Amino acid sequence: MPRRFQPPDAYGHPPATYHLLPFRFIALDSELEILVNEAGEYLIAPSGTARAVVRRSLDTRSDLYRRLRARQFIFDDQSSPLLDILATKYRTKRSFLDGFTKLHIFVTTLRCEHSCHYCQVSRQSADRLRYDMTEETALRSLDLMFKSPASHLTLEFQGGEPLLNFDLIRFIVPRAKERAAALGKGLDIVIATNLALATDEMLYYCRDEGIDISTSLDGPAFIHNANRPRPGGNSHELTVRNIQRARDILGIQHVAALMTTTRLSLDHPTEIVDEYVRLNFRSIFLRSISPYGFALRTRAKTGYETERFLDFYRKALAYIIDLNRRGIDFAEVYAKLILTKIMTPFPTRFVDLQSPAGAGIAVAVYNYDGDVYASDESRMLAEMGDKRFRLGNVHQDHYEDIFGGERLIRTTQASVVESLPGCADCAFQTYCGADPVFHYATQGDPVGHRPTSDFCRRHMAIIRHLFSLLASEDTDLHRILFAWIRERGMQDIVAEAAA
Amino acid sequence: MIDLSTYGRPVRLERRLVARVTRTPEPDAACREELVLVSDAPADAWGDLAGYRALLTTRSLAECSGVLEATPLPVICEAKQVEHLRTGDVIALAPRTGHVRTLLRPESPNNALLATERCNNYCLMCSQPPIDRDDSDLVAVNIEAVRLIKPAPATLGITGGEPTLLGEHLFRLLAEMRRCLPTTHVHMLTNGRRFAWQDFTARFVAARHPHLTLGIPLYADNAPDHDYVVQARGAFDQTMQGFHQLARFGQPVEIRVVLHALTVPRLVDLVEFIYRNLPFAAHVALMGLEITGFTKPNLKILWIDPYDYQAELRRAVEYLALRGMNVSLYNHPLCVLPGSLWKFARKSISDWKNIYLDACEQCAVLERCGGLFKSAEHQHSTHIRPVPSSVACEALA
Repeated sequence: MPRRFQPPDAYGHPPATYHLLPFRFIALDSELEILVNEAGEYLIAPSGTARAVVRRSLDTRSDLYRRLRARQFIFDDQSSPLLDILATKYRTKRSFLDGFTKLHIFVTTLRCEHSCHYCQVSRQSADRLRYDMTEETALRSLDLMFKSPASHLTLEFQGGEPLLNFDLIRFIVPRAKERAAALGKGLDIVIATNLALATDEMLYYCRDEGIDISTSLDGPAFIHNANRPRPGGNSHELTVRNIQRARDILGIQHVAALMTTTRLSLDHPTEIVDEYVRLNFRSIFLRSISPYGFALRTRAKTGYETERFLDFYRKALAYIIDLNRRGIDFAEVYAKLILTKIMTPFPTRFVDLQSPAGAGIAVAVYNYDGDVYASDESRMLAEMGDKRFRLGNVHQDHYEDIFGGERLIRTTQASVVESLPGCADCAFQTYCGADPVFHYATQGDPVGHRPTSDFCRRHMAIIRHLFSLLASEDTDLHRILFAWIRERGMQDIVAEAAA
Repeated sequence: MIDLSTYGRPVRLERRLVARVTRTPEPDAACREELVLVSDAPADAWGDLAGYRALLTTRSLAECSGVLEATPLPVICEAKQVEHLRTGDVIALAPRTGHVRTLLRPESPNNALLATERCNNYCLMCSQPPIDRDDSDLVAVNIEAVRLIKPAPATLGITGGEPTLLGEHLFRLLAEMRRCLPTTHVHMLTNGRRFAWQDFTARFVAARHPHLTLGIPLYADNAPDHDYVVQARGAFDQTMQGFHQLARFGQPVEIRVVLHALTVPRLVDLVEFIYRNLPFAAHVALMGLEITGFTKPNLKILWIDPYDYQAELRRAVEYLALRGMNVSLYNHPLCVLPGSLWKFARKSISDWKNIYLDACEQCAVLERCGGLFKSAEHQHSTHIRPVPSSVACEALA
């Protein structure tokens, strides 16, 4: 006997009431607000939606109600809240924590022939004994690095100018590879260098060993040379020539560039972007200047207001989006990273913006003298005389003391946005992060005071700005942003997705 | 269109037999054990019949009786026709009714085993309405079919009903497929509800075939809407939990969405939900409605002309493709799709129920088009028309 078909209300009358799941909200503008659930799923809705949700005054027959329920802001008696699935999504978003410290920075020397205004640590000195890392220190650092449980490690050489101690790089690389192979771990190797001293022999070595190059390019010559003085005043010319040489030898995808924003940069967003486009880069990372080291000391020269940076950032981003609309594939990396957090169910590997902060638990710095720091910024602070974030020394301390010690635990505890005053209730929590070193350096306290924090202001403004882009129904813009997220050209994206 | 069944008059057929067709007499009697000789030629062309599993012929009982006295074997005679049967096909011969059903065709890309006719959903648009009776004897038929099929087909489906209701029997079938057809790609259609139980999923995964994907339907981003379509309370929660259990065990899954008046209006919400909650899905298939089974009595609440949901479809497909998800359109003739969606359209309709209309002969993209279901011959989109070559060139440029 066939069954009869049942009408819709046999499977769920509009419920009399509903229950809340954790979510946070914030105004986007005077008409819209942003609601974000525990797993980072968002809804841009008319102002007053959050109030209606909480007051139980939503129309339970509405599409908005269905949307809120489907995105796990609320649940009702019609179905299970599917908490396991919410937990899986939460876990996926936090999976950057898996494996503990992955990025290991070796400061092979503090010496440098540049004297950049914003540089935190470098020394113009010929004193190799004093400022170079020894083989013994390197070996002890490798011991610690390979105690990390991560299945894939990145080894980054920094300075100073690491090429000034290239013999040590040649010493470390085969030993790191040996250990990685013995332990079955993946290993990426990067050298952060200004390339000024790169010989062809060094570059061929990098090619043969699969080492990537990350160099510094601040924009066109008049900005770059002003920011990065060196004897001869020809840093830009050298950098551009060497980028080309490095690309010829290593391949274009193995040579990246980073820019630092200074006061001088702020008036020239389009010129800086144009310079990156001209040199055939596929992206730019619009980083703000850090407040450490010489940068803090020379504030008069490089310091600037957060508002001016934001203005610069928005102008540059708008210009970049416009370039994409005109058919030039070019991404802004900072936006790309935050948009990945907002628009996808996946995490990023961006250690500078995460919770708990990446310091020590995602990145560690082995200084030339054997001191271990929680981050690059931590050692810059130490160069200014404050060793608060020095976790130990490779010659004196065990792995457990350095990476499981009281110092790192306290630093990490001060960087959990879920429990930080001002962050705990913030709608952007899932997309943002904490920086205890920054707040200690600028406010004297690793927890920090959000209303007066430049870090907070900057990130709130950038994330809000990105949401205002998402609020538009601009299909082309969404395509551009996903091309960035997926690191694909628009041609590919359109060929694959345009429907 | 290909016939997959015929019938005749059973003689000495006491139980259901599964056998592999040979259209020409097998000279070596020792090699006849798995074979059914299928012939419309006169009896004197059959040779001796010793060792065959059965005989299937269009000839009358009177014509057969002579040979049969010499070699008693199960027979279906007076078959209506046998033209559709090819050497290598695996068929089932039913006692009493004399029904002859084709189970597998080695050359076909559309082979599927009907695991059971029972189901714990009762979907408004079910194309294979469930029958609530104990049909666990089908398992023996399917296992025998798997043993007989030669050469191993490239792909083989398992369908139903709801295969997971078989429990142990399903694991036995999968084990046999793993043993006999280790290189075949196996695709099983299931509503996924039973996988909500972790112990079941663990045992399924332990028994599964190495090249198995599961096709699991999802009709809404919320329980009441999905449960209404599948006519089962709690189905959404179980299916969602099933997806996640399967993902935990690394079992590849495909999500199937049948498009009709109840699923189209919130299609974009559904694909957003899929991306956020099921990003591990190996494939998302958005499927046109087949007007058969339960769809017929429910057509009033289900029907929407595919031509009229192009906008929703375009947004949904772009949403998924932009995010790198693998998305396909099934069961949509190209003339009801905007040209930009053609590249997502697959020839998805099984050969035995696939037709084209007379109008299609003038179409410039007939070769690329998946055509229509046989059941849509008289009831289909009002926009089926030949695509002129100018339009085709533009769309394919």
